[in-house]
Amino acid sequence: MGLVVFYIRKLVALLRGEVLVLPGRTMVGLFIIVILGLPLITRDPYVFRIVIFTSLFAILAASWDLLSGFTGQLNFGHALFFGVGAYSSAILNLHVHIPPWGSVPLGAVAAVLAGLIVGIPCLRLKHTYLALTTLAFPIILLGIIIAMPNLTGGELGISGLQRFTNSLMGNYYLHVITMLVLCFIMWKITDSNTGIIFHAIREDELAVKASGINTTLYKLLAFSLSGFFAGISGGLYAHYMRIAGPSTLDVSMSFTIVIWAIFGGAATIYGPIAGVFILYPLLEIVRIWPEYRMMIFSVFVLVILLYMPEGLIPWIQDKIEKVCPRCKLSNIATRKTCRVCTANLD
Amino acid sequence: MNILITGLITGSMLALLAIGFSLIFGVARIVNIAHTAFYMVAAYCIYYLSIRLGLNVILSMLIAVVGVTLVGLLVYKLVIDPIREHEAAVLIATIALAMFFQEVVLQLFTGDYRSVNFLIQGFFTIGGNKIFYQQLLTFGVVLVILLVVWFLLMKTRLGLAIRSTAEDREVANLMGMNESRLAMITLAISVALAGVTGAVIGPLMVLTPHMWMEPLIIMMAVVVLGGLGSIKGSFIAAFILGFTEALVVFLVPTGAFLKGPVALSIMILVLLIRPEGLFGIAFEEER
Repeated sequence: MGLVVFYIRKLVALLRGEVLVLPGRTMVGLFIIVILGLPLITRDPYVFRIVIFTSLFAILAASWDLLSGFTGQLNFGHALFFGVGAYSSAILNLHVHIPPWGSVPLGAVAAVLAGLIVGIPCLRLKHTYLALTTLAFPIILLGIIIAMPNLTGGELGISGLQRFTNSLMGNYYLHVITMLVLCFIMWKITDSNTGIIFHAIREDELAVKASGINTTLYKLLAFSLSGFFAGISGGLYAHYMRIAGPSTLDVSMSFTIVIWAIFGGAATIYGPIAGVFILYPLLEIVRIWPEYRMMIFSVFVLVILLYMPEGLIPWIQDKIEKVCPRCKLSNIATRKTCRVCTANLD
Repeated sequence: MNILITGLITGSMLALLAIGFSLIFGVARIVNIAHTAFYMVAAYCIYYLSIRLGLNVILSMLIAVVGVTLVGLLVYKLVIDPIREHEAAVLIATIALAMFFQEVVLQLFTGDYRSVNFLIQGFFTIGGNKIFYQQLLTFGVVLVILLVVWFLLMKTRLGLAIRSTAEDREVANLMGMNESRLAMITLAISVALAGVTGAVIGPLMVLTPHMWMEPLIIMMAVVVLGGLGSIKGSFIAAFILGFTEALVVFLVPTGAFLKGPVALSIMILVLLIRPEGLFGIAFEEER
C-alpha cells in the first residue's frame, strides 16, 4: 500500500515538475485526456468517424514533417506512401487473405520499399527539383494502377476489405491510440541523435558531410521512416473505409498534406498534428455552407499564414513560452527567472 | 498528322506556361502553384466577356489578359509579399490561392463545361486530316509571343536585370537593381503570360474550374526537365512532352490516362542522367 502511494506521489511530482510548468506540455496533456475521454461526452458515430479520420491524417502529416520538415527534402508526392500503404494492405487482405493485423504492417513495409525506390534516384536532386520530381511519382503509380484493373480494380479501387473490429468503441480507441503511440514515436525519433542529424542536414548539408556523416544514408533513412508511418496510416485508412481507391494517390491529397503540415508549423511533429486537428474538423464544420466550403478553407489558410508565416503552433509557442538564454530550457512567458538555472529571462 | 498538330498545340501551351513559371521562380524564388489557376481565370474571363456580354473576342482577350495581370499583382501585394522570407509559407499560400480561384470560378460559372468561340471559323484538309484555322492561328500567336519574350529577356535592359537577378539575387541587388520592384514586374510578365495562354488556348479547350490541375503537373515536369530558369530548356522540353502526350493518346487510344505518367517517366529518366535538367546550369549550393 505504501509503495502505491509512493509511486502516485512520484507521478504527481513528475506531472507538476515537468508537465504543468509549461503551458505547451499542459495543452498536449489536456489534448490526450480529451481525445481519450471523448466517448464519455458523446457517442455520435459521425463525431467518432471525424476523429478517426483526423487521427489517421495526423499520422500522415507528422510523417511528412519527419521527412520534409526535418531533413528539408521537400516531398510533394507524399500521397505515394499513403496510396502504396492503402493498396498493398488491401491487396494482401483481399487476394492473399491476410487479416488486417498482418496486412497493415506489411503494407507499411511496402511503403518503405516505395520510399527507397523513390529516395535512391531523388537524392541526386536538390530543393525545388526534388519537390517537383516527387510530385510525379503518385501520378505514375496511378497510371500503373488504372492500367491493371484485374489486380487493383482500376478506377473503382479495391472494395470489401475486412475491418479490424466492427464495434464503434473498438474502432475509435484502436485508431486514436495508434495515432498517439505513432506520433509519440515520431517525436522521440526527432528528439534523438538521428533527429538532430536530420535537422542538421536541412540547415547545412555540406557541414554535416564535413563532419564525417553519411548524409545520403540518413536521407534514405528519413525517406523509409516517413514511408513506414505514412504506409501504416494508409493501411489503416483502407481498412477503415473498407476501400482503397485512386483518390488516395490524388495530387490534391499530396497538396493537402503539405498544407496541413506547414499550416501547423513544420519541423515540430506536434505542429502538423495540431494543424490536422484544426483544419480537418474545420472542413467538416463548414459543411453548413457546402458551396463555400473550400473557399472558406483556403481563405482561412491564407489569412492565418499572413499573420503567422512560421505556422500556427510555433507562433503560439512563441507567445506563451520563453527560452532561457543560459540553459536553453523553455519557461512559461510570465516568469522573470529561469525555472532551473534562475538566470534572468529576456 | 494529327499527332503533329496536337503535339504542337500542347507543346506551345506548355512552353508558354512553363516560361512564365520559371521566370517567377528564377527571379523571386516563388514556386507559384497558382500559375495555371491564372490561366484558368483568364480563359473564363474571355468566356464571360465574349459569350455572356457579347463583346468582340479580341477585345475581350485583351481585357482578360490585363485584368488577370492586375489580379495577379493585387494578390501578390496582399498575400505573397508580406511572407516572402518564408518559402514554405509562400508555397502553401499559392496552393490555397489556386484553390480559392477554383472555388470562385466554380461559384460564378458552376462546374458545367464551357467553350469559347473560335476566332476564325473554317478548316482545310491535308491527306484526310482536318486542320482548323484556329489551330494554326494559335500556334502562330504562341510563336510570336515566345519571340517577344525572348527579345525582352535578351535584348532589353529590363531583361538583363531579370536574368542577372535570377542568377544571383544579392549581387544584383548590390549593383543597384531594385529587387522587389523587379519581382513585381516579373510577376506581372509571368501572370500575363499565363493569361495569354488562357486566351489563345481557350478556344481549343473545354473550360472547367478544374482545368488548372492537369497542365500544372506537366508544366512543372517541363520546367524541371528543361532546367529551372532556362528559357530555351523550357521551350524544348515543352515540345518533347507535348509530342509524347500526343503520341501516347494516338497510339494507345484506350490508354489516354497514361499520357501523364509516360511524360513524367521520361522526365524522371532524364533527371537520373542529368540531375539539373536538359539545359539547366548546376547551381552552386545556396546558403
